[in-house]
Amino acid sequence: MRLSPDEMIFWQHGFLKLNATIVFTWGLMLVLAVGSKLITRKLSTGLERSRWQNLLEIVVTGIEKQIEDVGLRHPEKYIGFLGTLFLFVALGSLCTVIPGYEPPTGSLSTTAALALSVFVAVPLFGIEDQGMGGYLKSYVEPTFIMLPFNVISELSRTLALAVRLFGNMMSGVMIIGILLTITPFIFPIVMTVLGLLTGMVQAYIFSILAAVYIAAATRTRKPKPEPAPKT
Amino acid sequence: MLIDWFTVGAQALNFLILVWLMKRFLYTPILNAIDAREKRIAKELADADAKKVEAQKERDEFQHKNEEFDQQRAALLSKATDEAKAERQRLLDEARKAADALSAKRQETLRNDAQNLNQAISRRTQQEVFAIARKALADLATTSLEERMGEVFTRRLRTMDGNAKAGLAKALKTASDPALVRSAFDLPAEQRAAIQNALNETFSAEIHVRFETAPDLVSGIELTTNGQKVAWSIADYLASLEKGVGELLKEKDKPEAKADPKPEEPKLETKSQ
Repeated sequence: MRLSPDEMIFWQHGFLKLNATIVFTWGLMLVLAVGSKLITRKLSTGLERSRWQNLLEIVVTGIEKQIEDVGLRHPEKYIGFLGTLFLFVALGSLCTVIPGYEPPTGSLSTTAALALSVFVAVPLFGIEDQGMGGYLKSYVEPTFIMLPFNVISELSRTLALAVRLFGNMMSGVMIIGILLTITPFIFPIVMTVLGLLTGMVQAYIFSILAAVYIAAATRTRKPKPEPAPKT
Repeated sequence: MLIDWFTVGAQALNFLILVWLMKRFLYTPILNAIDAREKRIAKELADADAKKVEAQKERDEFQHKNEEFDQQRAALLSKATDEAKAERQRLLDEARKAADALSAKRQETLRNDAQNLNQAISRRTQQEVFAIARKALADLATTSLEERMGEVFTRRLRTMDGNAKAGLAKALKTASDPALVRSAFDLPAEQRAAIQNALNETFSAEIHVRFETAPDLVSGIELTTNGQKVAWSIADYLASLEKGVGELLKEKDKPEAKADPKPEEPKLETKSQ
């Protein structure tokens, strides 16, 4: 029994290796990029448009609306990062209905990579918005005594992001694996449906939390947004 | 070990590449398309508003023009109607006048015809009567017609009734001029003497008489003095005959004139638009 698709290695050469996580990620990237390319190849700016374009417009405007709701004033600036987070995690979960597929988000390496991306992106966006001084000053708000706690908070929430997503995705796969050995019929399908729901919720939570962190980094002088939802 | 650091690095790179790809192929084109559509819709709405305003303006203008046109048309129509009425009245009057004139002319012609016929009849009658009388007298007696006439005249003088005789006598006495005896032809001396005698005897006085020829008497003798007149001539009879014939013709004319249909008034057609 393996806990992570990292353990399924197709090719290895010293430090370099090609495991299932990377391969499935490439697959998802291919689907996302090629699908977007195909659909946006002939975009209509008129009132008549294809249903695929409609779907993409709903998805994009929905993400934009969510980012705006969190409190970021220029959602088009953050949609590339936050939207991709959501789409990648969501598609990774949705594809669990395909037999033989294992979500790359079920690997702690992937979730750690995503969490590290958020960990790097938050200060970048913060510095871009209010300058280096302004951003660094936010660590000593309201008093300099808060500095260590702020730093710890920064680190711990990154860890929490990584572990939360990994735990949820991995547990879904694990539950189905275990159930398949006990009751091979019907029940695993129910759990798969539940897993799809959990995956969508996780994708939403991950991207919303990232948005909240970015919002917190860019709007420190304004009232802080509501505490982030926890699972 | 749950975390494989190579995989972490690879996934982070993968994720960054995916971000770039998504920006390149999904977000930018989609957001641009939405913006373009929004701009286009806004432009179309603005255009529609402008067009609506323009249409409203044109509609107002058109309505205004329409009202003006209606007024003009009504004015023209009433003017034309008035003119047509006046023209109709004029034509009717003209036609009536023409009909009256025609009718008068026709009556005049009828009257002339009747007169001409009268004259013709009277002339013919005179001639005929004269010829018949002459022939009859010639057949009946040896004396000429003129002699008979003289006789008749003298007899009439003698047999005059009281009133007429008194009036004539008075006139003869008071007359300064001699009495005038007119005849259609020259009276022979015997006749003249006979008439002179008859007058002398009738009025028991010496009467001065002047004889004169007057062809218009047709055939007869006439004594005129101071406004009084004693006459015998065929013309008298003819006059009476003429009167009778005239009356007869008048009687004939009247019902005809009544039955004569009134000339129809010409119709005046006015076309109103």
